[in-house]
Amino acid sequence: MTIVEPAQRKQRAQIKVRTFRTDRWWLAPALTFAGLLSFLIYGFWAIFDKSYFADPYIAPFASPCLATSCPEGARFLGLAPFGDWYGLPPGLLILGLPGGFRLTCYYYRKSYYRSFWVSPPACAVAEPHGKYSGETRLPLILNNIHRYFFYGAILIGAVLTYDAVLALIHKPQGIGTWILVINVVLIAGYTLGCHSCRHITAGRLNHFSRHPLRYRMWTLVSKLNAKHQQLAWASMFSVMIADFYVRLVAKGVLTFPFS
Amino acid sequence: MERHEYDVVVIGAGGAGLRAAIEARQQGKRTAIVCKSLFGKAHTVMAEGGAAAAMGNVNSDDNWMVHFRDTMRGGKFLNNWRMAELHAKEAPDRVYELEAWGALFDRTKDGKISQRNFGGHEYPRLAHVGDRTGLEMIRTLQQRVVALQQEDYKVHGDYEAYLKVFSECTVTRLLQDEGGSIAGAFAYWRETGKYICFDAPAVVLATGGIGKSYVVTSNSWEYTGDGHALALLAGAKLINMEFIQFHPTGMVWPPSVRGILVTESVRGDGGVLRNAAGERFMFNYIPDVFKDKYATSEEEADRWYTDQGNNRRPPELLPRDEVARAINAEVKAGRGSPQGGVFLDVSTRLPATEIIKRLPSMHHQFKELADVDITREPMQVGPTCHYVMGGVEVDADSGAASVPGLFAAGEVSGGMHGSNRLGGNSLSDLLVFGRRAGAGAAAYVSGLAARPTAVGIEAAEIEAEAPLGRTGGENPYEVHHELQRTMNDLVGIIRRASEIEEALDAIQKLKERAEHTGAQGSRVYNPGWHLAIDLRNMLLVSECVARAALKRRESRGGHTRDDFPEMSPQWRRRLLVCSLEGAGGIAVEEKIQPDMRPDLLALFERSELTKYLTEEELS
Amino acid sequence: MGYKAKFRVWRGEGGEGRLEDFTVEVNEGEVVLDVIHRLQATQAPDLAVRWNCKAGKCGSCSMEINGRPRLGCMTRMSTFTEDETVTVTPMRTFPVIKDLVTDVSFNYQKAREIPSFTPPSDVRPGEYRMQQIDVERSQEFRKCIECFMCNNVCHVIRDHEDNKPAFAGPRFLMRIAELDMHPYDVADRKDAAQEEHGLGYCNITKCCTEVCPEHIKITDNALIPMKERVVDRKYDPLVWLGNKIFRR
Repeated sequence: MTIVEPAQRKQRAQIKVRTFRTDRWWLAPALTFAGLLSFLIYGFWAIFDKSYFADPYIAPFASPCLATSCPEGARFLGLAPFGDWYGLPPGLLILGLPGGFRLTCYYYRKSYYRSFWVSPPACAVAEPHGKYSGETRLPLILNNIHRYFFYGAILIGAVLTYDAVLALIHKPQGIGTWILVINVVLIAGYTLGCHSCRHITAGRLNHFSRHPLRYRMWTLVSKLNAKHQQLAWASMFSVMIADFYVRLVAKGVLTFPFS
Repeated sequence: MERHEYDVVVIGAGGAGLRAAIEARQQGKRTAIVCKSLFGKAHTVMAEGGAAAAMGNVNSDDNWMVHFRDTMRGGKFLNNWRMAELHAKEAPDRVYELEAWGALFDRTKDGKISQRNFGGHEYPRLAHVGDRTGLEMIRTLQQRVVALQQEDYKVHGDYEAYLKVFSECTVTRLLQDEGGSIAGAFAYWRETGKYICFDAPAVVLATGGIGKSYVVTSNSWEYTGDGHALALLAGAKLINMEFIQFHPTGMVWPPSVRGILVTESVRGDGGVLRNAAGERFMFNYIPDVFKDKYATSEEEADRWYTDQGNNRRPPELLPRDEVARAINAEVKAGRGSPQGGVFLDVSTRLPATEIIKRLPSMHHQFKELADVDITREPMQVGPTCHYVMGGVEVDADSGAASVPGLFAAGEVSGGMHGSNRLGGNSLSDLLVFGRRAGAGAAAYVSGLAARPTAVGIEAAEIEAEAPLGRTGGENPYEVHHELQRTMNDLVGIIRRASEIEEALDAIQKLKERAEHTGAQGSRVYNPGWHLAIDLRNMLLVSECVARAALKRRESRGGHTRDDFPEMSPQWRRRLLVCSLEGAGGIAVEEKIQPDMRPDLLALFERSELTKYLTEEELS
Repeated sequence: MGYKAKFRVWRGEGGEGRLEDFTVEVNEGEVVLDVIHRLQATQAPDLAVRWNCKAGKCGSCSMEINGRPRLGCMTRMSTFTEDETVTVTPMRTFPVIKDLVTDVSFNYQKAREIPSFTPPSDVRPGEYRMQQIDVERSQEFRKCIECFMCNNVCHVIRDHEDNKPAFAGPRFLMRIAELDMHPYDVADRKDAAQEEHGLGYCNITKCCTEVCPEHIKITDNALIPMKERVVDRKYDPLVWLGNKIFRR
């Protein structure tokens, strides 16, 4: 004898205002937008700029340099595996790895979904799109291959480290040396703090206690990971600055001693 | 009217209610859980310290007998000894069971459930998760309910075939048949204001306590003594209602959070109490019965945290009633903190990171609500109404009340904790007796020849409807507030006859005013109406507390009489039993406590027993 | 010490309603919920608000204060200036019952769709042995007080009602992560997380983490690690290949 009355039709509070937030919620996405845009514009220019080598410095955007078109000292380990048929800017060859790494990075995803795609622009502010499928289908589902870009980014990070070491052992050292070193440290911090790296070290395990070494690595990565956003921005600007600095030296704009 | 048929209706979805419902469903009974709040919000989430269970994981000397002794001592030997025995014996299994249902307790080094120290417990005994054990428990039980519903879905294609939660639904009357046996419950949906009727031969009360009759309380709005009142109205009896535990450490500032709990683990983990002069005053308040169990110097007390084998415990860890009275006395003597409490300091005792790790929610609570960083400065704390030891008189083994078909478990039942509950004993109480009450109800239903037929549904409806019809009546919020003030000031932590009599007069007047409270607005989610209905329960329960407090002419546990400061062995044998009189008043009768079983009595040294028992009982 | 504050509270039933203005006394140390209660006691006795513990432990009094999802009991009045108008509205993602009270049954329905903790059949109660470091991750998620503000703020369903059937929301994706990381859980949850509970809808914009009153790192510690676990299963060609070979 169970009698249940039908539930009345329910709807959300009919509020037309997009948000009641009174703070400057638009500021963060606007700054992010400006920051990312400046990186894109700079990157586009830098790829096609030819003055990327000023011995012993090589601009990070052009490293590793793998074609015969690279000046001899700029070639990675002195090799030029791509030979002389390759005439385009050397940076285009490797751009995909760090670029893809940042494009699929969990932090950058947040930042461009918010600032470029305004989905959502800020918390509790309605987004303008009628439909939303997130990362369930192409192309955004491709963001799931982040870990492969991570492997690639490790390689690039190693190359940049090698470049920095070359600059370090070169006498005399200049300001550029230290700019490259700082850049490498920040890039390493960003790369190793990646969520995929955290997963690979031990995040995928359910029994940390059975893998003490991996657990230690995981705790280190987790510490970096907590600063992933800050490191993402710091390393983005440091790579831009380092790259620009080397080009200025190469162009002869900066000519002071120990530059 | 919406009407449902069940085998067992459980009122309350806290720890006891959920455990009872799980048990009834596991025994194949169609079970309804009716609760005033959303599912998973019950007051159990507020429990912080842990669940006391003598698993012996940290100190292997611990066992049920030690736990039993501690419980009896804490309750000043007034406990229902059979309940204390069952509780001590079964608590470990109930905790293990939670783990098998997904609970994640903090661990020892060898991977077992870790246990922490607490006031009145001889060994580290509280299974815990940081300081949010209650949340862990309620979530685990909630998820166990869901697991059972998923099983039912696989078999019957309906999640709610055997176990259904009616949330935000308030029971206003128990329904009985012509003979007085339980036949169901009458309730209203808070959401719509519509009435709903349950036909069920067994009802388990698990409604918690009565704290909302006091101004300064750690209890949420739900604690209006519903189960106590429903039981009285159905003809059951309440015992030990004079014993109310004032938790020694509630927040005292800011005013809006006054009373919110500061967990006892602060003291268990090294926190100390100081007065305005910076003195660790608890050393001055160790009562005779505990003299040889507690440290007498700060040095010994401090050594205890690292070496418990060779030192006695710090007096901050005395049972709650002792600590609450001591704080009360310090404040009265003018040695209190600026905002009327005393200082509880953990900042000078533990490194900041350790405090945040062990007491995360306390750190959070003080930071967000009082702007106090407990890793840098002391807290200010004072007593707050926390728990009622009294409740429905039940059979220890089955949780059955005197009314056929009525069961009770958890705070709403009485006897288990005697005159004072030890911290950590309530979470294990919920589990042990929740299960027993669920099983008791299931067995009762199985033994019935025919289902009872409820009478009195119309009367229940008229009663619930009344405040809505009285537009322009008395404001229920004002009546409630006056009741809270009355109880807080006149039947609070320290009592005397003249004040209690004054309180009884005030309660009579408030009863009349409550009859005229009206509620504006529609019946949809109308808090004014809900409060007007709850007032009946709070007034009934308050009267029980006051009448019993007036009658008990001694001081014991959660009942302190200024005019009778001594504990009397004669009074230990006597329980005060409240029941409803014809005209809606409360009658209090004395009842002799049954003698403790010899094998249990033998667990104590005779020298200790002489402090509590009469010559006659000892011989 | 007290002052008169300006409050705008959304009032209405079944979706229809409007913002109502109140002027109400505020005393030192009070929180928004205290002020709502004062409104109930003095000006609007039938003003509906859901609350319980008033200490940030039960997660009942979720509402939107000046547009941001917050617990009424944990939002101190001192965070506003005295001349500021405080706007209080119900959670937007769920149907409204009355005033500030919403129907959160969506969440309970989702909770039910996630298979429960599944221990191995040969471990009996009392035999569980787990190291602290192995339970800590799941313990963080079990701090959840189910205020449902993460599900409320998540734009996947806040701005797209039509996604509700396919998306469990941060709260319950975190529940899946909690169980998946449990040292004794033997159920396989990765495919279901993606296919049935909509983990792929999450675009990790982190609003759930921003509003969590328990400061659980929902995105970094639950959702992203769960996404990575799903990648292992579904999108990583090497792992996929490895599994194929090992199974044979």
